[in-house]
Amino acid sequence: MSEAKPGARIDRRRFLNLAGLAGAGAGVVAAGVRPAAAGSTPDPDIVNIPNWTQALGAGVNNHPYGVPSPFEKDIVRREVTWLTASSESSVSFTPLYALDGIITPNGLCFVRHHGGEAEIDPARHRLMIHGMVDRPLVFTMEDIKRMPGRTNRAYFLECAANSGMEWRGAQLNGCQYTHGMIHNVVYTGVPLRAFLEAAGVKPKGKWLLAEGADASAMTRSIPIEKAMDDCLVAWAMNGEALRPEQGYPLRLVVPGWEGNMWIKWLRRVEIGDQPWGQREETSKYTDLLADGRSRRFTFVMDAKSVVTNPSPQAPLRARGPNVVSGIAWSGRGTITRVDVSLDGGKNWTTARIEGPALPRSMTRFYLDFDWNGEELLVQSRAMDDTGYVQPTKAELRAVRGSNSIYHNNGIQTWLVRSNGEAENVEVS
Amino acid sequence: MSRSARLGFVAATLFAACAAGLGAASADTIRLGRPALPEEIKAWDIDVRPDGMGLPEGKGSVAQGEELFQNNCAMCHGEFGEGVGRWPVLAGGQGTLKSERPEKTIGSFWPYASTVYDYVHRAMPFGAAQTLQPDEVYAIVAYLLYLNDVVPEDYVLSKENFPKVELPNQGKFYDDDRETTEKAFWKKNPCMKDCKGKVEITNHAAILDVTPDEAGEEGDKPAGAVE
Repeated sequence: MSEAKPGARIDRRRFLNLAGLAGAGAGVVAAGVRPAAAGSTPDPDIVNIPNWTQALGAGVNNHPYGVPSPFEKDIVRREVTWLTASSESSVSFTPLYALDGIITPNGLCFVRHHGGEAEIDPARHRLMIHGMVDRPLVFTMEDIKRMPGRTNRAYFLECAANSGMEWRGAQLNGCQYTHGMIHNVVYTGVPLRAFLEAAGVKPKGKWLLAEGADASAMTRSIPIEKAMDDCLVAWAMNGEALRPEQGYPLRLVVPGWEGNMWIKWLRRVEIGDQPWGQREETSKYTDLLADGRSRRFTFVMDAKSVVTNPSPQAPLRARGPNVVSGIAWSGRGTITRVDVSLDGGKNWTTARIEGPALPRSMTRFYLDFDWNGEELLVQSRAMDDTGYVQPTKAELRAVRGSNSIYHNNGIQTWLVRSNGEAENVEVS
Repeated sequence: MSRSARLGFVAATLFAACAAGLGAASADTIRLGRPALPEEIKAWDIDVRPDGMGLPEGKGSVAQGEELFQNNCAMCHGEFGEGVGRWPVLAGGQGTLKSERPEKTIGSFWPYASTVYDYVHRAMPFGAAQTLQPDEVYAIVAYLLYLNDVVPEDYVLSKENFPKVELPNQGKFYDDDRETTEKAFWKKNPCMKDCKGKVEITNHAAILDVTPDEAGEEGDKPAGAVE
């Protein structure tokens, strides 16, 4: 096994040989890396009849709304309490290290509130369209679900502040914390354009203000071109009603753009001829640069990726065959390629994109590799169909400095030690 | 709304659409929803723009604002807007935006006074949003402007003089320019082999050790670690 190089692809014969060696208990196993079970003693999990094979299990309606296995109890959203002053204006993180594929389960989608989770009776929810329109209108949820042009689309929603705590250096230990302000679900809704056309936007209407019904009455100004292009007014995620924490009964979907603009509990859309300069686009969600000036209206989330396994919450368990797994996404379009490095960016291997690679959606990549127990510096580098290549953190800091808080899409490095444990680091 | 009233609305909308000759909007779309009444728009349309659009009638002085602030705001934001604990600092920080640790407040960072009015009225006090009357919001904004050295102690803020108020950092924002200033990130052929010399670790998260731990978990593994 000592000749195995990180990043080398393994063929089937080699995989079987390695598995055989491991099965015979061969090879030196480092501390923390689990030894393979010896093949000479019968496995009690095979030769003894377990309870679940003997006794009847629960009936079909034991959980009218199913929940994950109790063995998955640790796969939950988490918050970092020191980040914010209150839990009602705060964020929780998606456990990316434990997920696979591209769809985030509804109950694990990260949550960002500014005034807590509004609990809204859908029968009492209204959507108002007004301002520079020919006909100001009010819609009920019943009206909205009867609108023509219903659409299903998978999109990532990434908080503008995702990885924001990492601008000054490696800080939080786990991709749940460094990259977990993101989720990717299939939305069902109707184009925002349909509502704007129903109301009749006047020629001077160049911006719109979207507002939520929660206690922060969240507002953002959005250019009319985006609103007419691909924004959705959505009531369902992954086939069921939006979760309350995701804006039940109605939210705005703003594909590829920073999560702050995806107004939850959407109740009002006003058309105007200029942006409103709201708190969430002046004090917040503006990006301070080194010269003391700030970018505003940095809407698009650039191409980004992270290796979710191995990572600090998901160490390597054994030498030999292993899988680097990760996610990539771009607000500018479709992910076309992801490269993986196991030596801190010296050498790169193009990973395998597996499953749907949809525009402005999370995309899954894998790199099968053989680990001989040496230290690794694992990185991933995403590319999208505009030709944008995910930059290093150093390249980003060279342009922006370290105080812009938002839009940190720099390449992440995990140090994997010889015992398999991983740590968030930065490298030269 | 009763069924007949609802049908009445639908008919009225259709009639209005036809009368105006708006053939472009599809009839299917217009048959859903109903006209928003002026009272309804007034109830929800509380936003205020930098040009003053949306400001209600009213006024308030720094002195009135100080009293209101001490009673409604100071428990989180401090008597002088200096912030209590982790709660936001509202005043001070001028001249810190290029420093290692910028302090971004209304006076040092915010571009528009209109945002202060709009946000205080819309979302503050935290936990009792939209409980302040227009005169009270004018007074609190006046006090905040005073704390940030934007207006004198005897200032009375009103709908009329509001557009004259300018915050120090107003001119320091510009539209997203990533496609020009970061054009180097669009690369045709990124390096694949021997891209750099010696790779050294420059920074460890474990040294900071601020990641939540799972109580009772072995060692100091980050919360949620797969076992």
